[in-house]
Amino acid sequence: MAKKKVRAPEEASRDQASITMLELACEGEYETSFSRADTLAACPIGSDGMCCKVCGMGPCRLVKEGQTGVCGATLETVAARNYARMVAAGAASHSDHGRDLAYTLLAAAEGHAPDYTVRDPGKLMEMAEYLGVEVDGRPIMELARDVAIASLSEFGKVQGEILYLKRAPKKRQEIWHNLRISPRNVDREIVEIMHRTHVGNDQDAEHILDQSLRAALGDGWGGSMLATDLSDVLFGTPGPVISEANLGVLQDDEVNIIIHGHEPTLSEMIVAAAQDPEMIEYAKSKGAKGITMGGICCTANETLMRQGVPLAGNFLQQELAILTGAVDAMVVDIQCIMQGVVKLADQFHTEIITTSPKAKITGATHMEFDEHRAMEIAKEIVRKAADNYTKRGKTNIPDERTQLIPGFSHEYINYALGGFYRGSLRPLNDAIAAGRIRGVVANIGCNNARVCHDDLHRYVVTEFIKNDVLVVETGCGAIASAKQGYMTPEAALEFAGPGLREVCEAVGIPPVLHMGSCVDNSRILTVLAQMATEGGLGEDISDIPAVGMAPEWMSEKAISIATYCVASGAYVIMGHSSPVSGCEEVDRIISDGWEKKVGGRLEFCNDGEEIVRRSLAHIDKKRADLGLPEYDPSKWGKSGDWRIQELVELPLPERIEAAYGNTAK
Amino acid sequence: MSRYIATRAIRGANAIVAEADALLTKAIAEKGADTPVAFPNTAYYLPVILGMLGHEASKLGDLEPVIEHAKRMLHPMPDVNVWTPYLGETLDCGMATLLAEEVIEGVRFVYGEEPQPYPGLALAGSTSFTSPDNGGAPSTDGHLNGPIDDIQLRSWGIQLVDGRMPGFAAIVGAAHSNQAAVAIVRELQKRNILTFLVGNVNGRSMIDQLHEEGVEMGYDTYIVPFGQDTISAIYPLGFATRSALTFGGKKGGQWRDILLYNKFRVFAFVLALGEVDDLKYATAAGAISYGFPVIADTVIPEILPTGITRYEHVISMPWNEIEGETEEEKAVKLVQKAIEVRGVKIQITEVPIPVPYGSAFEGEVVRRADMRVEFGGKNSRAYEYLRMVDLDEVEDGKIELIGPDFDEIEEGGSIDMGIFVEVAGRKMEKDFEPVLERQIHYFINGASGIQHIGQRDIAWIRISKSAAEKGFSLKHFGDILYARFHGDFGSIVDKVQVKVFTEPELYTEWLEKAREAYEERNVRIGTMTDESVEDFYSCTLCQSFAPDHVCIVSPERLGLCGAYNWLDCKASFQINPTGPNQPIKKGQKLDPEKGYFTGINEYAVQASHGSVSEVAMYAIMENPMTACGCFECIMMVIPETNGFMIVSREDTSMTPAGMTFSTLAGMAGGGLQTPGVMGHGKFFILSPKFIRADGGLKRVVWMSSILKEQMAEQLQEAAEREGDPDLIGKIADETICTDVEGLLKHLTEKSHPALSMPPLM
Repeated sequence: MAKKKVRAPEEASRDQASITMLELACEGEYETSFSRADTLAACPIGSDGMCCKVCGMGPCRLVKEGQTGVCGATLETVAARNYARMVAAGAASHSDHGRDLAYTLLAAAEGHAPDYTVRDPGKLMEMAEYLGVEVDGRPIMELARDVAIASLSEFGKVQGEILYLKRAPKKRQEIWHNLRISPRNVDREIVEIMHRTHVGNDQDAEHILDQSLRAALGDGWGGSMLATDLSDVLFGTPGPVISEANLGVLQDDEVNIIIHGHEPTLSEMIVAAAQDPEMIEYAKSKGAKGITMGGICCTANETLMRQGVPLAGNFLQQELAILTGAVDAMVVDIQCIMQGVVKLADQFHTEIITTSPKAKITGATHMEFDEHRAMEIAKEIVRKAADNYTKRGKTNIPDERTQLIPGFSHEYINYALGGFYRGSLRPLNDAIAAGRIRGVVANIGCNNARVCHDDLHRYVVTEFIKNDVLVVETGCGAIASAKQGYMTPEAALEFAGPGLREVCEAVGIPPVLHMGSCVDNSRILTVLAQMATEGGLGEDISDIPAVGMAPEWMSEKAISIATYCVASGAYVIMGHSSPVSGCEEVDRIISDGWEKKVGGRLEFCNDGEEIVRRSLAHIDKKRADLGLPEYDPSKWGKSGDWRIQELVELPLPERIEAAYGNTAK
Repeated sequence: MSRYIATRAIRGANAIVAEADALLTKAIAEKGADTPVAFPNTAYYLPVILGMLGHEASKLGDLEPVIEHAKRMLHPMPDVNVWTPYLGETLDCGMATLLAEEVIEGVRFVYGEEPQPYPGLALAGSTSFTSPDNGGAPSTDGHLNGPIDDIQLRSWGIQLVDGRMPGFAAIVGAAHSNQAAVAIVRELQKRNILTFLVGNVNGRSMIDQLHEEGVEMGYDTYIVPFGQDTISAIYPLGFATRSALTFGGKKGGQWRDILLYNKFRVFAFVLALGEVDDLKYATAAGAISYGFPVIADTVIPEILPTGITRYEHVISMPWNEIEGETEEEKAVKLVQKAIEVRGVKIQITEVPIPVPYGSAFEGEVVRRADMRVEFGGKNSRAYEYLRMVDLDEVEDGKIELIGPDFDEIEEGGSIDMGIFVEVAGRKMEKDFEPVLERQIHYFINGASGIQHIGQRDIAWIRISKSAAEKGFSLKHFGDILYARFHGDFGSIVDKVQVKVFTEPELYTEWLEKAREAYEERNVRIGTMTDESVEDFYSCTLCQSFAPDHVCIVSPERLGLCGAYNWLDCKASFQINPTGPNQPIKKGQKLDPEKGYFTGINEYAVQASHGSVSEVAMYAIMENPMTACGCFECIMMVIPETNGFMIVSREDTSMTPAGMTFSTLAGMAGGGLQTPGVMGHGKFFILSPKFIRADGGLKRVVWMSSILKEQMAEQLQEAAEREGDPDLIGKIADETICTDVEGLLKHLTEKSHPALSMPPLM
């Protein structure tokens, strides 16, 4: 096969910092995921979901009309099994992350992890209520222990259903119940997918896919939601902070530590260690002025939301960060860490440090994390990075960074909309009902080396806010908008449509809200459920004028997220290509079929304009179904500070009469 | 919020909390922590503190934790660049401000500085403030009111809650001029809205303005001067808090419930007159948490998105930009706007007309001999037309008679008249116009001695001699409609104004416009077909006296009473989603000719409580739709003629069926399904679906002449559509014959198509 043409940097990314680094990669002939994507074609049979390799008689490639596998499995069965297994892997990843946090809380409660404590007792009590743990008058640590154990039991309990399902609107719970897709516990549904998709077992596409709905619900309303809640209990529930994004946050004269991966457990400790005067002294002793932390992927989002740690970049920037030559240590934990970073780091001084017992990478330095002596390990890591600072060569830090205000937990959103006394989602529901806000889009998910980096994220978000759609984000999509400058309140004044601008100006929020990491999509579920119960927008998530999307998806977790969003009633559009595009019937089941069953539907579409068109059409249809007024931006935009500015600039004597308005009349 | 307001309010809050803190520290040092602190004559301690914190503060020392709480609610001002969100933060600062202000007033009482002295002022009203200095007697010695005592709270509070008093206006500052000050309070008084006065602008307050103009203030005049500083604004908010505690059954500490009670039940608003400083912004932020919006007469940032308050949060109406020649005219507009923004519902409990009013008079008939004057009927014409317009195009309560009243008309005479109603409302929709317009019939009929028949431009109204003697005039139609639209349709109608035309030119001009609107409405429904919609509507308005009957209304078949077509039902459903008109999924079409639908059949079984199992929408000979008793027409098979006759409700003559309308009604009504007999609306005759299964319009052999006259043009069109342009001439009426023999003879002479159609029986 002839070598494919390599994309020019500006075709490969829309992000200026990344373009700069890609130019550097071209010059230095460094291999990155961008260049590998250009030279390695995707397997056409696998990418369409037509390859079955679940047994030793295959792999069977079902490329001809009506062809079946050796066992007779049809294309429908094969595509559905492949899809279900992606859901299983995604749900397992999120949920296992949640489980570890529960163990951390348990260790903290039992006194084995002295560096951890309960930072948000209010949230702990709230969890206790949902999990049926007695709250009244009990010491916090005792409560924490029981909540940890109750959380752990959600993963493998013997009877009943996941308790958090009752956080969904009543109507939604009934739908799940009637379809018998309420997950019984987190692990069991994942195991059942693996069982059902074994050779010669469940061989009805719709039936297989029903189980993926169930396992995905166990992720969204189970593993992920527990992960979010437990993280908030241990590290604090996010509120707004000021921070910065993009590779420009790295410092030429400071020790730069990148934390990359998905968990807050160790990274929170490293962040604390990096602020320790002892550590700063140590860094200075190595010739650095201080220590800078930067995050990549969802570890970045976790520490950004709670501590304001700057974002160095999203998924496709992990290798580009190393190319700056300024990263002294890249500390990784779990998920979305490209093996390529190790090979690339070999050409620089950067130390790749793996820390999770679940994720070693050949060639990397492994410093295994143990929550029982967390701070000690964190300091060892910081020291190692500082030691490495002395080995730095030439650095190339792109001069790109933008400010942002993250920290929009659902708790804070409630607060933002009314304060301690009147907090609720009423103003949001009102704004949607009136038409100031046309609808809500959750733009989430990954980057994908096969599509132009950040391109779709930037395009769709620009269009949505221009059209008065409030955008909420998590994961690498959120980082894209942060870099684009859409996460400051000023951005609302500049880029939002007139109605959305009025609301943003009234509340002081950006038009695009950063809600956290990819497990924090559970926060979005919580907000949607609360919107449905607040009143005025129907009584179920499927009634709300909202769309979910992951235009640059690549991970199996994204497929699990998409699936639980659909099962929760949302219309979801995934970009890039469909993993089941080879099978029309499966494509029909996940779109029309699921819409009939659960009210949400899943579509794949790689054209930004089309994604926007479909989304707005869906939002407008939901508005019409709710009997809401047609979207009309010409009605809005009158409020705000614009007029007072003129007035305050006048000298005082004139101001007094001018305050009464035009005197001409 | 806006960042400007947030900045100012947060700055004001930080300052006032610090001031309260210092004042309290000083007071405790000077007077001791055990010194009693209280507002006089109230059981609610310091009411805002009690309501929000559940804290019964009775000694100076009890106020310390209040200040601590207030401090925790404070936030820093938003940054100039890259600010963090500020709405929740500002609202909390507003609440901190209120707590601090109440602490300050408490301390001032300890020092005897409240109520504030005001030499020369005598408050009107027997239950006014009774301070220890005052010897318990009504205030005559020159001080302002201070907090409202529990006695007055109870006397006013219940009126506020049950709607007799629509709300209260907390006026902060001073009006643009003394004249404006007087005009504003007069506007508020007119509407029974309480006026609470606080604050000043550069040392001058509205209290000074009213005092100078000799306006009497006090409980008796509904104008309460609380104090001349912004801090006194805590008294109106304490009054609001106590309303929730007294009448809402809320307990101290149920802050959220108390605030929401105020949002939904206490229709108060803040009028910020004159310059707004930091403390006013901070206090206003507190008022907003109660759901009370702020309307300013100066340029300030507007906050229009809704949520904390029911409608807009902050409105700026710069005084010089208000349209109006005089200060009075501007005051009217300002108060109107405030009422609109707060959603104050003006409730008229009594219809203010000189004759008795009530639904008991609805069926009253005014005979010619008793009649003073009539509009419509044989010798004149009357119409009624209702349309919706934008909120700012209606001056609520404005009623005009344009042209002469009927005094000059001779007894028993007649005159052309048009009633033109304009309504506005945030939830009003164009589709509701006909539904509301139709109510005019019921509303006007409620007046004793007034008879109303018909609708649109065939309305016919009579005023009796006795009503005229009691002073009933044309303007009273406006009073009736104003009161009833507010009372019955307050959920969609915020403002109503009425014009009555007798002046010929305007009368004609608006008749034309009304007819255009009627036509537009007709066309809208006229172009719809049963196939074009998913849902039909049920109508169970009459189930109270025909419990097993249910009307099914489709685009091509209106309700049998003629009052509701499909669009009206749709609108009615929107106005009242649990009301008598509910959408019914049409379901699968079983028989397109007879009009059987799965959804309709299922619904009929359920709604008729099992007595009807199937309904044919387009047939009379099998499973016809049932009727209550209020049908416009009755259709019945005349077997000898192989056709049907239709008798109109207005027709009292004998019919070829050998029975008059009233005798036939017994057979057709009561929810009974009798093949061959059916009650229906007269416009159904024109529908392409009209007894389609049985041959349609061509089967009609006899029809009351009044129908032929009223619908001459439309009937002609329908005849042409059915392919027999001369059909109407072939149909007999009561002027031709009232028996079967005569009918047969007529039909044969005219060679009526029914004679040659397939046999019905």
